[in-house]
Amino acid sequence: MNYSGVPRWVYGLAAMGGLFVLLPLAAMVAKVDWSRFIPLVASESSLTALGLSLRTSAASTALCVLFGIPLALVLARRPFRGQRLLRAFVLLPLVLPPVVGGIALLYTFGRQGLLGKNLELVGIQIAFSTTAVVLAQTFVALPFLVVSLEGALRTAGNRYEAVAATLGARPATILRRVTVPMVLPGLASGAVLSFARSLGEFGATLTFAGSLQGVTRTLPLEIYLQRETDADAAVALSLVLVAVAVIVVGLSYRRPHRADIPAEAAA
Amino acid sequence: MKIARRNVGVLLAAGSLIAGLAGCAGTPGSGSPSATSSSAVSAGSPSGSSPQLSGTVTIYAAASLKATFTKLASEFEAKNPGTKVVLSFAGSSDLVTQITQGAPADVFASADTKNMGKLSDASLVDGKATNFATNVLTIAVPPANPASIASFADLAKPGVKVVVCASQVPCGSAAQSVEKATGTTIKPVSEESSVTDVLGKVSSGEADAGLVYVTDVKSAGDKVKGVPFPEASNAVNTYPIATVGTSKHKDLAAAFISLVTGGEGKKVLGDAGFGVP
Repeated sequence: MNYSGVPRWVYGLAAMGGLFVLLPLAAMVAKVDWSRFIPLVASESSLTALGLSLRTSAASTALCVLFGIPLALVLARRPFRGQRLLRAFVLLPLVLPPVVGGIALLYTFGRQGLLGKNLELVGIQIAFSTTAVVLAQTFVALPFLVVSLEGALRTAGNRYEAVAATLGARPATILRRVTVPMVLPGLASGAVLSFARSLGEFGATLTFAGSLQGVTRTLPLEIYLQRETDADAAVALSLVLVAVAVIVVGLSYRRPHRADIPAEAAA
Repeated sequence: MKIARRNVGVLLAAGSLIAGLAGCAGTPGSGSPSATSSSAVSAGSPSGSSPQLSGTVTIYAAASLKATFTKLASEFEAKNPGTKVVLSFAGSSDLVTQITQGAPADVFASADTKNMGKLSDASLVDGKATNFATNVLTIAVPPANPASIASFADLAKPGVKVVVCASQVPCGSAAQSVEKATGTTIKPVSEESSVTDVLGKVSSGEADAGLVYVTDVKSAGDKVKGVPFPEASNAVNTYPIATVGTSKHKDLAAAFISLVTGGEGKKVLGDAGFGVP
């Protein structure tokens, strides 16, 4: 006997919601010209764009982990004045149109930008470089990691850390040996979501980094451009991006079940 | 706690959905100007020979026509009380896609003959398209012209950051024709998918120079400076206009097209930098 407590009509609406997402994807798959699929996807420009997308997304995920862990710790552990404000600002890119992020980045790291002006003096140019792509992706993906990790940190609580402290462990040791291992599942799913978001980044990249094959033209930008002349190519590449995204998200949702156990024990 | 994590997932999904929606919200059907413009058109005097026109006409026009068509639309409304002009501006190929997918356009004005051809291949052009304007490329530079660009050949100098359109879009293929005709090879730092993106990179000072249309430089005011070059005549872009085959307001569409191709239209287009075909 398994009581679910869900009224029946909920299933109807849930099915409609599911269809709303699945149907467009199915329609796109139906539109794929399979006889040309392989040559379209394996063309030099497509492979270059895919490679660039994977590399930049990996780099921005690394940056998200580097800055996201400290941010999540600060937000989850000790309350301080302005914490809510900080959280609101960190989460802002989630709801901001990416193009706005791109404009903001342009006026920060661009040639005439706040920091870009000074970087230019020491010979560092970010505009139109792969670095610009990574910055744009990190900007939009960071909140995903922070939200997942902060949630994990809050549910895990800090009792184990307190015990470790009474046993004489230093904060750095506690972080490395207790905190991080405990929230590893949350960190992993946050990182995967950041990677997926980076992979799909379009607006900020287009606005801030430009579009050049092999340097800044990631897969979403390539799709947008191909659509101008060859709709079949755009559809084929879209399918590749959907496949990569499904694999990535699928991986992240398989892991927690197993990894939940230590966290559950902690509750 | 499992539930808590699920909730985070839901929140994230919702967040990304919102962001996605916000990012993708286009501007089809951007508001038409009200008819109360102070244009000096003979508002009260006899309004042409056509019978009483009324209703709403929807114009799908290339992005580069935004300023001129907005002006012409308010003149049209002033001349024909009881009519309303709805304007939608986007890249020509986007507009063709939208119209072939059933968008309710009455008139289509393209920035090149190729996209008009696509629409007529789809049997969606009523009668024949009329060429009503031409546009040529020019070099746009930031007002201070930091790289001292004075000619088309200067764009090939090493170290100059040039932004062009990708070859898939009309302004990019025009740039390629000029390159071929002059034997100059430009190594751009970026190939944008629209001419407005090129202009944006130049006006923000990110790029030293960009290849855009004469009309773009004119409408950008003092944000950029134009450096005309004689080789531009190797790639002249022709703008055709036509009534869409599925239009339910063909009389209105024809009236609007005759305004654009007539003296009124020629003046407004000429003032904006467009040439006569």
